[in-house]
This record gives sequence, structure tokens and C-alpha cells, in this order.
Amino acid sequence: MGNFIEIKDVTFSYVNDYDDPPTKNTVIRGVSLEISKGEFVAVLGHNGSGKSTLAKMLNAINLPETGEVIVDGMKTSDEARLYDIRKTVGMVFQNPDNQIVATVVEEDVAFALENIGVPPAEIRERVDNALKTVGMYDYREHAPHKLSGGQKQRIAIAGVLAMQPECIVMDEPTAMLDPIGRREIMNTIKQLNAAGVTIVLITHYMDEAAEAGRVIVMDDGRVIADDTPKKVFSKAEMLKAVGLDVPNVTELTHRLIDEGLDLPDDIISEDECVERLYELLKKG
Amino acid sequence: MGIIRTENLTYIYGEGTPFRHVAVDCVNVDIDEGEIVGIIGHTGSGKSTLIQHFNGLLKPTSGKVFIDGEELFADKSRLKEIRFKVGLVFQYPEHQLFEETVYKDIAFGPKNMGLSDDETDRRVKETAKMVGLGAELLEKSPFELSGGQKRRAAIAGVMAMEPKVLILDEPTAGLDPRGRDRILGMIKEYHAEKGTTVLLVSHSMEDVAKTVSKILVMNDSKVFMYGDRSSVFAKAEQLTEMGLTVPQVTRVFDRLRAMGIGFDDEVFSIDYAKDLVMRLLKEKRGESVD
Amino acid sequence: MIKDITIGQFFPGKSVIHRLDPRIKLLLTVIYIVMLFSAKTFAGLAAGVAFLLVSFLLSGIPIKMMLKSIKPILPIIIFTGILNLFFISTGEVIFSWKFITVTTGGVRTMVFMASRIILLICGTSLLTYTTSPITLTDAIERILSPLKIIKFPAHEIAMMMTIALRFIPTLIEETDKIMSAQKARGADMETGSLIKRAKALIPILIPLFVSAFRRAEELALAMECRCYRGGEGRTRLKQLKTAPRDYVAVVLALAFLAAVIFLNRVWI
Repeated sequence: MGNFIEIKDVTFSYVNDYDDPPTKNTVIRGVSLEISKGEFVAVLGHNGSGKSTLAKMLNAINLPETGEVIVDGMKTSDEARLYDIRKTVGMVFQNPDNQIVATVVEEDVAFALENIGVPPAEIRERVDNALKTVGMYDYREHAPHKLSGGQKQRIAIAGVLAMQPECIVMDEPTAMLDPIGRREIMNTIKQLNAAGVTIVLITHYMDEAAEAGRVIVMDDGRVIADDTPKKVFSKAEMLKAVGLDVPNVTELTHRLIDEGLDLPDDIISEDECVERLYELLKKG
Repeated sequence: MGIIRTENLTYIYGEGTPFRHVAVDCVNVDIDEGEIVGIIGHTGSGKSTLIQHFNGLLKPTSGKVFIDGEELFADKSRLKEIRFKVGLVFQYPEHQLFEETVYKDIAFGPKNMGLSDDETDRRVKETAKMVGLGAELLEKSPFELSGGQKRRAAIAGVMAMEPKVLILDEPTAGLDPRGRDRILGMIKEYHAEKGTTVLLVSHSMEDVAKTVSKILVMNDSKVFMYGDRSSVFAKAEQLTEMGLTVPQVTRVFDRLRAMGIGFDDEVFSIDYAKDLVMRLLKEKRGESVD
Repeated sequence: MIKDITIGQFFPGKSVIHRLDPRIKLLLTVIYIVMLFSAKTFAGLAAGVAFLLVSFLLSGIPIKMMLKSIKPILPIIIFTGILNLFFISTGEVIFSWKFITVTTGGVRTMVFMASRIILLICGTSLLTYTTSPITLTDAIERILSPLKIIKFPAHEIAMMMTIALRFIPTLIEETDKIMSAQKARGADMETGSLIKRAKALIPILIPLFVSAFRRAEELALAMECRCYRGGEGRTRLKQLKTAPRDYVAVVLALAFLAAVIFLNRVWI
């Protein structure tokens, strides 16, 4: 029995048939990764680094050009298992407006279950549970377009959660949200992960990635770093070179180290930074 | 008298319906010419409604708006003229691109102002350069550009109108760090070069802290405060309660102060934080020598 | 602002009318329409009025809303009324001037036809007032589903209706935003000749289409991720089940229909 998700030496290209001769744009250039059950993985990379394309390979939306992706023992190229794969790996996208199908919250959450033919009584139960998990049960009879961005995004998560997937892949779920919405989504993500759901979070926000258990950095279709957040963010120069940031506190400690202060180079949390600076600055 | 001034500005949505909502409540602001101001507030705080009054897209339910000393809506025939003084860039401005070429899209605004072809051409080329769109991109369809380029082309379309005030609503929303820094850098450069007034609407305090000198905080449809950066960040706790996130460094130093490290400075940038730590260490060493 | 337009006026509630099976409600509406068109006399029409009033009272929807629904079609009522008044020449002449003649028959037909149209609108709006668009779509899908045998795309049509209902408010909001943005760039949509105004729509329509296509693409992807594969093997969250009250309602409606037919014999 191997890992939960195995990505073996995968490549992927978009082919543009409208050009003459057809042009090929390779966006994934040989990626191998393993993700275990229950992990919380953040994927970083600037726009066009291939991270979204890779994410869509985890539930057979994109099929690898070469190499293979295996999800819970199922090859994503195996068409007979397509719906089993999509039931195992759910996906949430950036724009909450464009992934809500129905005009009533609970009908939308039920959508996936209706598609896979779950009996009505069980749909009811699973929809209610999913809505309670994301804290939107009281809104079950509301119209989605009247909700806030964060609430809509939680509905979208509930819609995936109702399928009871092992893993949820989120493609920049907070990019269009305000700080309150972002906090709501991050709390939901952490809560799901604590309940055992594997999370793959694609993001531009370094503070979100700092909360993951593992950070993968992509650039130009390749994985250039794959480690704990502490280790990855301590390579501030490398991250900046590929157009990414480091958390404020990491940047600050790195600058102070450059000034000759004795501080660890892997501070990524606010608490840690406060503690270290306090030790340094306290009188006497 | 500032370039933008409001007098008891109030705007009510859906008056006389059950959905009645006071979006802007008796707002008095006075923004000086040449200033670069951040407007912050959580979603629904009234900041977007407020800025739509500044170029006459919305008509106040009551109160007055003065642009460059002239009252909006006082003389309807002057409205268009005044409107051109205030350029408004909406959220996700790339969604309003429509022309066949980037050049034509940037020229849309200047053409509507009735400028000559020569003047339009000068402005299009100048602003395209300012936002970092090379000449080779101007003849492309705007729909072929990358996300960041589209956004910059759309902003250029408003900049080319050379307004006295440029207002940008969440110009960095949804961009990656590189795209975000590029837009913010471009705005700062534009302000430095043109010396015009710039209003930057955002819920990212980090972006605002990096870019502006003064901050207007909106909360519950009212002006919570208007002042320079440090006076606003001094209220970090209240800002957090309003659903805004202050930069991580600000939080770190607020906590250090609460723990008894003695300093009065408001920290909102990493450079400042670094200098502060070095200064405090020096003071500490100085004391221990005594 | 366009944002203020509401589509599919639905008033949520828990009345007996709200709780009726939507398929039965559609059937009741059909019976009601038959009632109106089989009514030949005012007495017959009165039975239709009685049926409508009883339904309205049971639904708890204010009568004011019933009158409101007539407002948009008032011009049509007046227009057909005038046609009836002048072109029907049965009965006694009441009034005559040059080529215009008004007869008792004309007046009677005018009042009768106008009443019929008003009743028709009030009845069907009661259906939309008490049934959410999604339930109505659902009912239509189920009523049409036997036609699947002859390859009639009942599920697909219902799905399209659902998505349209879902995205209409979103697209209206978007139109509003694009209009504001182009106005801020000096686009003039209010003045000029008809051709100029039509041209001024281009900066709004193109971004709107682009956005609609982008949304469609993203929605399709999200639906695929949630295992959508057409109507085959689909179950539903909400089962439609007929309750005794549904049968009572149908029997009552039929009784009213019988009354209409009986009252047709009474001449007023």
C-alpha cells in the first residue's frame, strides 16, 4: 500500500489548436510528489508557475501527458474510476460565485450527492452535517447571491464536503475575499484538517501557507522546494527570486540577522517573533 | 479648501423599501491636492459607495460633494466636465476591457473627452509606458494579455484621462505577490511623477502601509478617522475589531509594548521595525554601561 | 438602478397553499384557467373569483400584491377593452358619434374580457408568489420526465432553467458594475441619436459576454468536479410527495369548475 496520493514524474501541456501549426505550452515539467492521508499541504508559486494545473491533475480534470497520478490506489487515467476519484478528491475554486449551481443554499450543497445518486434521506443528513461543519446551517434556505464572499465560499466547501471526500484541493479559495472572509475560510480549513481531511491549499498568502504542515513551492512547472514551512521560509532569498514573499516576521528577523544579531533564521510565527525579540530587548 | 471635500454626505440605498440601508452616513472629509491617501474599511463599511460619489456616479441623498472647489450636481451641464477631473478605477478593472486592441482600449477614455488624435496618441503611449506595457503589446487584443498585464492596461485607460484625482478600488485584489508589488510600485511612481492626488481603496492594511501617507478609515458607513499613518496604526486594536488586519509587524510591536518594552513608535513597515530594534538595543547597551 | 429589479417574485411562507405539491399547484392553475375560459356569464366568472379569493386568503399573501401584479399589464387590458367596446355591435346602442358606436353588448364584452384577463394574471401570479422558482423548475422537470422516452431533454431543460435563475442576479449586478466603470471612462449612454446609443452599448455588452463565458467555463468545471453527468441516475434532496391536502385541493377546484359550468346557465 503506497501513499494516498502519488504523483510520478508528471508532465502536462496546453495545446492551442487555433494556432497554425498548433502550439504547445508546457506548464508541468516533471513533477513527483507523494501526499499522505491527513496532511495539510500548501502550494506556493507565482501566477503561471503551474500550481493550478497540477492541482487539477489530482481529480482527473487534467490528465498527465506523461507519468501518472494515483489517488488512493486509482490511476486518474482510468476512466472507469473517474467518479470514484472525484468523490475522493473534492475541489474548491477561487471565485465563489462561479461554483454555486442552485438558487437555494441547501440545494447547492446537495448537488454532488444528487449526481452520485445518494438516497434522499441520506442526502438530507449529509447536507445538514456539511452545513453545520462550515457553520452555515442557519442559512440553508437562503439565496446564495445575497451572502458575503466568505459565506459563499463556505457553501462551496460544504458542497464538496457533502461528498465526504478524503481530500479537498483548494485553488486560491481566499484570493477574492476580504480579511474577515479569509479568516473564516482558514478556520474552516484548519477544522477540516483536524477532523482528518487531507488539505491541498494553493495560495498567494504566506501567512496562510505558514499554517500548513508542509509547503511546496513551484516555479516554471517544477517543484523547487518541499519542506516544513519553517525550512521553506528560511530560504527567503530563493522565495523572492521566484516572485514570492515571506511572512513579515521572517523578513524582519532575516534583516536583523544581516545586522549581526543572533536570532534563528526560521521564525515564521508572530508568537515566536515576539518571544525572541522580547528576550533580546528586555531590560537588565 | 481641498481637491475633494464633502459636506454631510449621506447616501441611502432603497429608500422607502424594506431593504433601506444607509451606506454613507453624514460624511465630512477634506482631502488636499497632491496627497496619496489610503481608504480602508471592511466590506460594507461604505468605502465603495463613498468613492462613487467623488465622480458623480452616485448622487447624494443629502449633503454636498465639492471637486476642485466646484459643487457636483449644482449645474448638471458641468457634471461631465467635473467627472473627468476624477478618474475612477473599479475593482477587477480588467473586466471592463472591450476594444480590439490594447491601444484602442486605453484611448477610449481620452476619446470620450473629445481630445484630438495627436493628444490621445501621446497620452496612450505615455501611460502604456508608465504601467510597463511595451509598444509591441499595444496592437494585441486585450484578451490575449496575462492577468497582471490586463489589470495594468485597464488602469492605464483611466490614467490616460489625466485626472486631477485618481481613485483605485482594490487594485491588487487577486494578484500574486509579484503582480501586487508591481501595481503598488506603479501607483507610487505615478503619484511621484504627476503629483496628482491618489486615493487607494483597500482592505489590505499592508498594501496601504507600504504606499500611502494618510489614511481614511471607514466603519459602519461613517468616517472612523482620517489622519497620517502612525496616528491610524496607533489604533491597531480597534482596527482589528472592525475586521481589518493590521500588518504582522504592527501586531508584534504592539505586543512587545504591552509586555513592557519601552517605546512610543508606531511600527508599520519592516524597515522601521528593524531600525527600531537596533535603536532599542543601542539604548539598552548605553544604559548597562552606566 | 437595475439592481432593484426582482425576478421570480416569491414570498416565502408556510401556508397551506405554499405547502401544496408544486405539481398539484400547476394542475390547479390549469383547472383555474379552464374555469375562466369556460365561464360564459358573469355568474360563472364569479365562481372563478371566489376560487381565487379563497386561494389568496389561504396563502396569506396580501391582496395588495394581487393588485400589484395587474399593474404591468394594465395597458394591454385597456387596449383590448377599447377594441371590444368599439367593434362589438350587438345589443342596444347606447351612444353613437360619427363612425363610433357603443352598444350594451360592447360594454358587456369589454368588462367580461377585462375581468377574465385580470383573473388570469392574478391566478398565475399566486402560483409564482407561493412557489419558489427552483421548486417550480423541479415540478416542471417531473411533469415532463415521462417524455424522456421520446428523447425529450426534460432534465437538461430544468438544469438550464435552474442555472439561469441562479445567474440572473449575478449578471444584473455585473452589468451595473460594467456600466459604472464605462461611465467613469466618459462613456455616454443617455444622449445622442438612436444609432449612437446603440453603439454606446458595445463597451457594456462585450465585457458582459466575456464575463458570462468565463463564468460558464468555471461553472462547468465546478460541476464536473462535483460528479455531474446529466440526469442519468440522479436522486433529489427534496422528494415531491402528494399529501391528502393535495387531493382535497384538486377536488375543490373541480367542484368550482362544475359550479362555473352550472352558473353558465344563469344569465345576468
